[in-house]
Amino acid sequence: MMAARIFYNLLQVIFVIAFAPLVEGVTTKLKENLQSKRGPSVFQPYRDLWKLFHKDEIISDYTSWVFRAAPYVAFAAPIFVALLIPVLTRYPLFFAFMGDMLGGGFILALGGFFATLAAVDTGNPYGPMGASRTRMVGFLAEPVFIVVFLTVSFVAGSTIPYIVQLRWVTPIANFFEPSHILLMSAFLMLILAEDGRIPVDSPSGAFELAMIERSKSLEYSGRGAALMKWAGAMKFLVLICIFLNVLVTPWGLAAGMEPLEVLIAIPLVLLKILGFVLVLVYIESSLAKLRLFRITEFLGAAFVISVVAMITRLSEI
Amino acid sequence: MSSSSMAVIFALDALAGAVFLLTTLGVVANRQVLASLQLFIAQSLLLACSAILLGIATNSLHLFAVAVITVATKTVLIPWVLRHTVSIEVYRTREIDRVLNIPSSLLIAAALVVLAYAVANPMLNAVHTPFAKINLPLGIAAMFLGVFTVVVRREAVPQLLGLLALENGVFFAGVAIVPDLPVIAELAAAVDVPVVALVVGMLTRRIHVRLGTTSVGRLVALRED
Repeated sequence: MMAARIFYNLLQVIFVIAFAPLVEGVTTKLKENLQSKRGPSVFQPYRDLWKLFHKDEIISDYTSWVFRAAPYVAFAAPIFVALLIPVLTRYPLFFAFMGDMLGGGFILALGGFFATLAAVDTGNPYGPMGASRTRMVGFLAEPVFIVVFLTVSFVAGSTIPYIVQLRWVTPIANFFEPSHILLMSAFLMLILAEDGRIPVDSPSGAFELAMIERSKSLEYSGRGAALMKWAGAMKFLVLICIFLNVLVTPWGLAAGMEPLEVLIAIPLVLLKILGFVLVLVYIESSLAKLRLFRITEFLGAAFVISVVAMITRLSEI
Repeated sequence: MSSSSMAVIFALDALAGAVFLLTTLGVVANRQVLASLQLFIAQSLLLACSAILLGIATNSLHLFAVAVITVATKTVLIPWVLRHTVSIEVYRTREIDRVLNIPSSLLIAAALVVLAYAVANPMLNAVHTPFAKINLPLGIAAMFLGVFTVVVRREAVPQLLGLLALENGVFFAGVAIVPDLPVIAELAAAVDVPVVALVVGMLTRRIHVRLGTTSVGRLVALRED
């Protein structure tokens, strides 16, 4: 029993590591298709990673250990979060009580913090600019995160994601609670901001002056670049898993301990992620990127929505 | 009606209420005139949804009439009137003229929602219909946000939409408190509101023709010398 729980926990990590580039590839492909372009193959991110891992790595002499350590920290952070959150199973696994949702948030923030430090560490002028912009988006997103987590844990009476996800569907009427719908919309806006998606940042932009998230890893080459790229894709997948499995649709997860059930959960979860990616691609293709100082309006709206969710919850409707 | 289907209707009404509040916040904080109009249409549709749900729950024909009248006037007639009286340029331009910037007006809007819940709580003791618990605070919140929109906007059409959002809020609270509201009251409002829209639309058109702008916030003197 114990062995199975440890094994499934590791399986979650392998799931996140293995499918993160695929999710990114599918997102890119669908987005290009929606804009009447052919787009790269969905397996292109794997090829990119393979290519980058076989290239030489060049590190500036003027950088410190932070620059060298950052890709590993950024790569490790989503892995640790994947141990804590429900990715494939409905019941808590071996490491699930090691940390709650706040712990997961802190670990993800640690990865982001190191990537930011590494960007400042280089002499490249675009790195620090992107870093300070990321911090700006980060500190605007922080209050939304706090209010969302507070409300979610208040509703469920727990900060462990496995307990929270059951609360929304037992009974099913809970799913339609106003606070639930409002929390979902606030968290969706957070994902868009956190992952640098279109109203906030353009993920495929190649213009350094307009970059927020992407300019932080410009200085990396070879293995460092591959790890940063992979880490970004994994962080995205982990955020989607938190959003879908904890907040929106806790269905399709394995309920029992049978290995077959857990294996069936893999395509089901991937299907859910595909649905989410379709929504995301639609949002990204129908909106324009906001100007930098309009991001406060976007995240301000997210904050107000989350506060309203909290109020409707506290006043017990 | 069985208690399980009652619970479903209750949940759906809560959902409609949540999205209703979201659209009202959109009317407050939106940047574009056309989007404001579309959000108002969505808000009216949600009001109609809530009226239908409450009509099913309380077996009240009046509420179905309210829903039909709301859809007819607020999602068809008023947008039509506004599109035909106000020139197209107003919808094309991005409206940026407002007293406060968007983040601070959103924060005040959040405070107003808190206030609405605080105000509604003692009132809920007096009302004994189950749906009032959802509709009353949200309706009051929409009323506050509508007034706030009129205060914070400086353009004529968004101000009008704030006024109409207020009116929607009144009905959103009203359908839950008084399920047997006489249809005549709703009909009177249904005639009133498009007339208000028409008058403001014509006025806006005049202002736009004379001044080249619909920013009524700049009209400070009664007459120019």
